[in-house]
Amino acid sequence: MSSQIPPEFTVIIDYDRCRRCRRCVMNCSFGCMQFKDKVVPEHKKCVACHRCVTYCPESAITIKKNELAYKENANWTPEMRQNILKQAETGGILLSGMGNPRPQQILWDHMLIDACQVTNPSIDPLREPMELRTYLGRKPNHLDFTRGENGDIELGTTLQPQVKLDVPIVFAAMSYGAVSLNAHKALAMAAKKSGTLMNTGEGGLHTDLYPYASNITVQVASGRFGVHSEYLNTSATVEIKIGQGAKPGIGGHLPGEKVGDEISRTRMIPVGTDALSPAPHHDIYSIEDLSQLIYAIKEATDYTKPVGVKISAVHNVAAIASGIVRAGADIVTIDGFRGGTGAAPMVIRDNVGIPIELALAAVDQRLRDEGIRNNTSILCAGSIRNSGDVAKAIALGADAVVIGTAALIAMGCRVCQKCYTGNCAWGIATQKPELVRRLDPQLGAERLSNLLTGWSHELQEILGSLGVNSIESLRGSRERLRGIDLDEQTLNLLGIKPAGIGQ
Amino acid sequence: MVMTIDCKGMYYRKLNKMTQNAVAEGETEFVLDNVNGQRYIGNGINEKVKITINGVPGNDLATFMNGPTLIVNANAQDSIANTMNSGKIVVHGSAGDVLGYGMRGGKLYIKGNVGYRTGIHMKEYKKQIPVIIAGGVAGDFCGEYMAGGILVILGLNKDDDTPIAGDYFGTGMHGGVIYVRGDIDESTLGKEVSIQELDKKDDKTLKKHLTEYCEHFGLDLDEVMSKPFVKLLPVSSRPYGNLYAY
Repeated sequence: MSSQIPPEFTVIIDYDRCRRCRRCVMNCSFGCMQFKDKVVPEHKKCVACHRCVTYCPESAITIKKNELAYKENANWTPEMRQNILKQAETGGILLSGMGNPRPQQILWDHMLIDACQVTNPSIDPLREPMELRTYLGRKPNHLDFTRGENGDIELGTTLQPQVKLDVPIVFAAMSYGAVSLNAHKALAMAAKKSGTLMNTGEGGLHTDLYPYASNITVQVASGRFGVHSEYLNTSATVEIKIGQGAKPGIGGHLPGEKVGDEISRTRMIPVGTDALSPAPHHDIYSIEDLSQLIYAIKEATDYTKPVGVKISAVHNVAAIASGIVRAGADIVTIDGFRGGTGAAPMVIRDNVGIPIELALAAVDQRLRDEGIRNNTSILCAGSIRNSGDVAKAIALGADAVVIGTAALIAMGCRVCQKCYTGNCAWGIATQKPELVRRLDPQLGAERLSNLLTGWSHELQEILGSLGVNSIESLRGSRERLRGIDLDEQTLNLLGIKPAGIGQ
Repeated sequence: MVMTIDCKGMYYRKLNKMTQNAVAEGETEFVLDNVNGQRYIGNGINEKVKITINGVPGNDLATFMNGPTLIVNANAQDSIANTMNSGKIVVHGSAGDVLGYGMRGGKLYIKGNVGYRTGIHMKEYKKQIPVIIAGGVAGDFCGEYMAGGILVILGLNKDDDTPIAGDYFGTGMHGGVIYVRGDIDESTLGKEVSIQELDKKDDKTLKKHLTEYCEHFGLDLDEVMSKPFVKLLPVSSRPYGNLYAY
């Protein structure tokens, strides 16, 4: 069947400027740019990844939305119509990449942070110590102290395993398979440099990354790819993945074309076979079963590491999180409905789950009400876009936040949302060697670390203006947040007052 | 030297720590007496030690196991050989649900019946080919999502009215092979598998594994092999390849 779908973009070449160097042709991984007697774009194939635009030495390329293709209609948007055409041609499930792009209200943008004036002076982070360090892991209910023989006070309580983060920002779970090995290397190097964690996702750990073990969270998901005792022990923490914000209740599927030699070795499956991660873990049908797996992992790692559980933010997230903490999870990661993905059915990504802001507030409150908040650390994921979001998440109750898409953008991603095609022109979401090599791990790591450094400075500024000098002092301090343009119920759910109200 | 541990009333953490520490000090053989539901036996051990279990071990026996041989002189519970890498488990009785989930290597021999979801998402990698053999009958969803490995259901001592496996046999299977002794009711099969005749290579593979199996349980190989086998193979290695619109 020949396709009737009109091009999404129009590629305009300024032939007066073009000097026919063909760099755009070489850089385009979607087969849009061709060279006949001059550069000729095939508009239909353009995904607006901006690779050609970035590398054109003459700035001769412009990409525009194909505005005139559809007659205006507020109900039947061009995207709706395009999707129907795609399905009419294939009979398939619409696949999508990255997070939900729809214009639902972003609650972070409706929260404002307090600052000190006069009576409780602000602190200048340039001159005074400002602590961003935080520890992930189960904290004791109380501390016992004893006096030693020489009169020194000694801690009597045995602490559970803790992982130190120099910044309250960790990298999100992205599997080797969904992203390239160079992307994994860049994340691992940056995590080491910045004193934080990267997360393997469900795809095993390539041996090249073993030296970064103390900055790695290894994931155990339903497919159990590449999971063995050495893998579990080559890590700082272990995470059981139950759900992902972009696709709550949905499994994963790495197509056979992406399973080359190295991925085969890392996931421990034959070359060219589909890697299917089922929707549920088939050994987990209850909180008791989850507890069984948590302790199986603790047994395999000799109780030396925090074991976390990651879930999607769904309607009943607070009760589920409570169960997870009682099951023995030292870290709970909640991934909101805007969280990213390498591939997910569009209908799930755009329609299932709840905003992370509401989920985080509900979970933190529930755990406090039940007196078990100290039993776990909360990681907040699902579209943290800047240091303001980080500060707000911590004030709502998170111990630290998780960044996936922001990290990819730092490495070069242009959010063209075509991760699932395997053609990523920036060498991130691809396994094609000629594309993977476009991403220099060293350079990627530097860009990632720069991002974390920039956000750290900003967080210190925010803390200083709040008159506190550590992340610990901001955590769960909802009194320092105010809401604007939010209805009363949402304010109540977030546990914050409307802007304009004082103490 | 054989280290004997009386497990009566002992919490699993203490028991497993004792065995792990002894393995670290070079102990190679254990006898665990009065075992009664202790979980995770064999978990976290990466040496080729032998552990004899007298009594019923708890769930997650041999999870993430990498090397040991476990002999269970009783029935066993759920989730045996979960994500196991290598080693061997011999159960002189029946076992519960979800056996060999994500198992990647090693052997699991069960004398009696097995529960639901046996061999689910079992996989293989190069020379690591896991093998599960059940002497009795299997529950529903046997071999579900199987991506590799060898699963054998013998149905020994079953009467003619008892099906050899429950419904949804081989649902979602996309790799590996299931050998079944006797007939299968096609209506119980998942749509991703088909019944095939054995070829010479199959006969050789099956005989090799069954010889070892029969030795463990004192069974007569010729008698086990006397009834014809069929095999279940996935119809496609990519059952969900055409599911998406790009």
